[in-house]
Amino acid sequence: MSEVKKIATRESFGNALAELAKTNEDFIVMDADLSAATKTGIFKKQFPERFYNCGIAEQNMVSIAAGIAATGKRVVVSSFAMFAAGRAYEQVRNSIGYPHLNVIIGATHAGISVGEDGATHQCLEDLALMRTIPGMTVINPADDTEAKAAVYAAFEHDGPVYIRFGRLAVPVIFGDDYKFEIGKGVELKEGNDVTIIATGLLVDEALKAYEILNQEGISARIINMPTIKPIDRDIIVKAAKETGAIVTAEEHSVIGGLGSAVSEVVGEECPVPVLRLGVNDTFGYSGPANDLLDIFGLRASNIVELAKQAIARKNK
Amino acid sequence: MNEQTKKMLKQTACKVRIGIIDAVHSAKSGHPGGSLSIADILTYLYFEKMNIDPANPKMPNRDRFVLSKGHAAPALYSVLAHRGFFDVELLTTLRHIGSILQGHPDMKHIPGVDMSSGSLGQGISAAVGMALSSKHFGNNYKVYAILGDGEIEEGQVWEAAMFAGNKKLDNLTAFVDYNNLQIDGTVEEVNSPAPIDKKFEAFGWHVITINGHDFDQIEDALNQADMIIDKPCAIIAKTIKGKDVSFMENAVGWHGSAPNDEQHAQAIAELKAKLETLM
Repeated sequence: MSEVKKIATRESFGNALAELAKTNEDFIVMDADLSAATKTGIFKKQFPERFYNCGIAEQNMVSIAAGIAATGKRVVVSSFAMFAAGRAYEQVRNSIGYPHLNVIIGATHAGISVGEDGATHQCLEDLALMRTIPGMTVINPADDTEAKAAVYAAFEHDGPVYIRFGRLAVPVIFGDDYKFEIGKGVELKEGNDVTIIATGLLVDEALKAYEILNQEGISARIINMPTIKPIDRDIIVKAAKETGAIVTAEEHSVIGGLGSAVSEVVGEECPVPVLRLGVNDTFGYSGPANDLLDIFGLRASNIVELAKQAIARKNK
Repeated sequence: MNEQTKKMLKQTACKVRIGIIDAVHSAKSGHPGGSLSIADILTYLYFEKMNIDPANPKMPNRDRFVLSKGHAAPALYSVLAHRGFFDVELLTTLRHIGSILQGHPDMKHIPGVDMSSGSLGQGISAAVGMALSSKHFGNNYKVYAILGDGEIEEGQVWEAAMFAGNKKLDNLTAFVDYNNLQIDGTVEEVNSPAPIDKKFEAFGWHVITINGHDFDQIEDALNQADMIIDKPCAIIAKTIKGKDVSFMENAVGWHGSAPNDEQHAQAIAELKAKLETLM
């Protein structure tokens, strides 16, 4: 079996910033004493004069970024998802969201796959929090290709963008020809029995689930949903109508993230069974990331199980 | 400052106060006390100090102002209106459905408002960001902010102060409206931020303490701030909450309530009588 190339999306984030900075002199990057971990350090190393460390003060950093954006300049702020979306939530809402400012929030170390740091650092609520802010765009890239594309797209976007990156190295799924567009889901596999809508590192698991289901004679449609907000309603409604059952999969609480966003659309437009795979309203704990993903049931086998349940339900 | 300029400023500040009272009365809610206390500082900034153009409110190289104590929006709106950013008549639409004059400053819709604010502690950070942007991109405009004395109980204020001091943002000047009252009582009773001057000094700021109703002192302090290198400036302005409306002065109850028709009439009568003496 050939070795799959693996890159953590936080690494992609840092690389994309450094790449962009070569041709775009009009932005600065800020971090809150985590640049080595968030990988804004890659940018800092190449463009030290354009990097500002706020120290351990995420709320201040977010509002400072708003002030910079209010002067018409682009700015990227970065911290762990727990602190960017959690601790600084109200600053993101009031300083950035309300005035609809062009700030890119690069939130790393999202989800249970933070691993050993444990529950205080395993942010499972950020998609939910960010999704409720009017005008906020929320993106959860699946791999290196998509993460870099999301950063580039955010720079072209008018309004605030929250992008969620992971600590864990994940397989590179998409080639250089992959087209990323904010607000668009992507059908990765055709299928008619059930649709699996996945985001972030669950996309790779969904593709594995496709193979397992296929061997069992079940035709699953696989949709990658990088943008959680605005959610791609059309692709969801089409899937609901054509396959009659949906499973969502995300490395996030089952409350408020992709599963909720999809359920809202399906409930309003074309009610069919929607089963949500995610962290079931509980805190995480310390351990190796891959063990936690197994224990918390965020694997292809869990998707397969839910897909079968969803199919069974649609016939009732 | 020559006497003619001072006279004009006093007249303008009095008109600004009339605008504040009319606006809050019309809204039937809002924050008159802390608006009246900063009327003189704002008048000086917008009529004498800042490089701004009411005909071109988004002029890229303009000086910036952030009302970190955003609840004093009626003062900012009244100054902006009297300075010509929008019609003075608009002041009595404050807080009404469909008005651009939101309860707290809204940069998206109000000409002349450089930053949305209202959630305490965030405005000063935004002002720091603007000062940083000015320096980083070589624009050389100045940034002014007004903090409340109660507001500086917010931890974020000191995060911002630490950053501004560390990054030597000498193009930033922040006033502290030291009127000694907040919603629940005196700042000493609630949670004293004193000594305010020593705190800012400890964070690497140059500190000047003045009477916030004395135009000579406001001018001198701002001129001094222009000369300070490598440090942001904090101007601790001792003020009277509710200034120039007899029954509102130093009365904690006027932090966040509007005058009724009778009180409105009395307040306006007092301010108009004062304006007469200034003409």
